[in-house]
Amino acid sequence: MQVLNVILIVFLITCAIAVEKTRDLLSAVIIFAAYSLIMAVLWLLLRSPDVAMTEAAIGAGVTTIMFIAVISRTRRMEK
Amino acid sequence: MDDLIVRNVSRMIIPFIQLYGLFVIFHGHISPGGGFPGGAILGASIVLYTLAFGAEKGHQKMPHSISKWLESGAIIFYMLIGMVGIFTGYVFLTNKAAGFYMGEVGVVFSGGFIPMITLAIGIKVGSTMITLFHTMIDEEEEH
Repeated sequence: MQVLNVILIVFLITCAIAVEKTRDLLSAVIIFAAYSLIMAVLWLLLRSPDVAMTEAAIGAGVTTIMFIAVISRTRRMEK
Repeated sequence: MDDLIVRNVSRMIIPFIQLYGLFVIFHGHISPGGGFPGGAILGASIVLYTLAFGAEKGHQKMPHSISKWLESGAIIFYMLIGMVGIFTGYVFLTNKAAGFYMGEVGVVFSGGFIPMITLAIGIKVGSTMITLFHTMIDEEEEH
């Protein structure tokens, strides 16, 4: 369980840095969805299934769709 | 987004998503979950429908004239249940002393007004999410 935790946190930090570094905003949104999904698993490992459920529904689902709707209205690449 | 596989898979999976959302809402007081996650899951099912079938059919499935009544009606229902505590001589959102049915611990119909206000929060959150998404899609088409 400890090894799984470490792997997940390393992947979480990698995702958080990659979101900031990516110039393509659509890729950044998809990486952010992966970040939210890992965060949901981590909330479950922290014995907080309530927050995990909310994170999986809001963070990985609705927020991603909202960001994609905004990107489709504006431009895709960061200046 | 006119893809046959996406449309058929969405048509099969949406009832189960909505059933899961209702389960999360109605078991909010005896298991993890509650009004906000369940409402978000219910809203996400309609968002998936709009994404798979297009904005036109999404508006037909959940028009703004219905979702605005659901939004306002759910929160008014919440406030009316809270007012019962005031009218029976206690403070806002008084549960047991105001005479709500408490039931046994661990069954769905228990806990006084908690299932009712959880249902109200779920409807409110779900319809708000649908309204937000449909408004963004509409503004996209105008430009």
